[in-house]
Amino acid sequence: MLNKGIQGIRNLKPIGKVKGFATKQSIRLGDTTMAKTKEANNFLTDIADVVLFIQSIIRETFSGNFEWKEFFRQCFQTGYKTLPLITVTGAIMGLVLTIQSRPVLVDFGAVTMLPGMVAVSLIREMGPVITALICAGKISSGIGAELGSMKVTEQIDAMEVSSTNPIKFLVVTRVLAATLMIPLLILYADGLGILASWAGANMKGDVSLSLFFSQAFSQVGFIDLIPAVIKSIFFGAVIGLVGSYKGYNAGRGTESVGVAANSAVVTASLWVLIVDMIAVQITDMMIS
Amino acid sequence: MITEQTNITAEQNNPADPVIEISNLKKTFGEQEVLSNVSLLLHAGENLVVLGKSGSGKSVLIKCIAGLLDADSGTINVFGKTVSTMNRKEMAEMRKKIGFLFQLGALYDSMTVKENIEFPLQRIRKDLSKKQQQEKVLEALENVDLADSIDKMPSQLSGGMRKRISLARTIAVDPMIMLYDEPTTGLDPVTSYEISELINRVQKKYKTSSIIITHDIKCALHTANRMMMIKDGEVYKEGQKEEFEQSNDPLIQSFFH
Repeated sequence: MLNKGIQGIRNLKPIGKVKGFATKQSIRLGDTTMAKTKEANNFLTDIADVVLFIQSIIRETFSGNFEWKEFFRQCFQTGYKTLPLITVTGAIMGLVLTIQSRPVLVDFGAVTMLPGMVAVSLIREMGPVITALICAGKISSGIGAELGSMKVTEQIDAMEVSSTNPIKFLVVTRVLAATLMIPLLILYADGLGILASWAGANMKGDVSLSLFFSQAFSQVGFIDLIPAVIKSIFFGAVIGLVGSYKGYNAGRGTESVGVAANSAVVTASLWVLIVDMIAVQITDMMIS
Repeated sequence: MITEQTNITAEQNNPADPVIEISNLKKTFGEQEVLSNVSLLLHAGENLVVLGKSGSGKSVLIKCIAGLLDADSGTINVFGKTVSTMNRKEMAEMRKKIGFLFQLGALYDSMTVKENIEFPLQRIRKDLSKKQQQEKVLEALENVDLADSIDKMPSQLSGGMRKRISLARTIAVDPMIMLYDEPTTGLDPVTSYEISELINRVQKKYKTSSIIITHDIKCALHTANRMMMIKDGEVYKEGQKEEFEQSNDPLIQSFFH
């Protein structure tokens, strides 16, 4: 039913120009209407395509014969191969946050609040968002470029001819791997950020690791951790989904591969911020 | 499973039954009409070469047969079943009987040659044990004289080798119909000849029925039992290859010079 509706939208054609006593103004108005109709048509078609894409991913996820081998390969690609980048990102986040905020806290005589402040900032917001944005750059673009090049070189067609559903083999495995691995990467970045913060605090002071961590975690509760983990799962799903959608629907020329990768990064980054905004609103409503 | 294969082969060998039957096929992309009225029959065991200029809709034709593109109108029957009315399961079953050699080989970049050939085998020939699948991989590679490339990655192969590995991947699953999309495009004359020879060898050894899309006249003459030319989305001429060779039609002659 949905497919038929979408086909109908695709087949919509703007009404032709009216013959006879059409004035220049009415012709211009007609052209503008046609252009706007086409824009609206394209927008609706895009939304319909995304809905169908997500629908097919959900269907193939639960249709049995899961591609475990490819899933684990993708977990390795998404998780392990992104580890060095996330290590650097996490360490810099903790260090910079500490170096920047310490003088202000010293002025207020609240330097003992530093570990707790850093931990809460990292776990609630900075860790998930910055790590997700870095992952959007690396993972989403990687998936977009890989699937885009597979489309251009007819590898996806070859898979289909081999009686293999490309959505199941290529897309489901990548989306699920990103959904699982990105929250783990975010937790890793958070932990490393707090460790780097301790190193930063020791650059101008003297605090033991155990004292720093006990102060840090005294300020952090499940109310901080659980919403952060939940939104990290959504970040992962969005990053995997956007990369796969852009790559899978790439055009036919080689130029399309670059376009798909670029578009995947931009769209995934934007969606990470949108999901974050929604998550913050929901968390705020639930807490207050 | 083996019994089923034998039965189908017997059915295929009956020349009275066309394995592919297309009538009044039409396909458009947006405003552009690529195929306007194409009808053809592919008989069991024959090699049908479809000639035509680039952009004349030859590749679209075989992609419609394999169900990779949906036709706008007209009917495509493969082994008596209409492609447009097949559900997902029937389509998967139909594709098990079809081998498709893509223009650029379409080898999976992230897999070795061995994994590339195993990929369709593990999905289509589930009746075979692991050992039998390994034997099939080796046999397919030996058929294309590339057994020593088994552990190579596609990036380590030349254009001709990629085509041959791709052909090995296709024949490993014992297809009954082969669809070749520009099998010699971008290859030097020697490699083109080798590929044409392989196409004939596959036809004889596996008793396949084939549609060969090409604009390489040497390949066409080498492999064809029957020929067809497409122009402006319609069948321009159809006949035996001798008729094409002797034709005075300027368009047909232009392919020979």
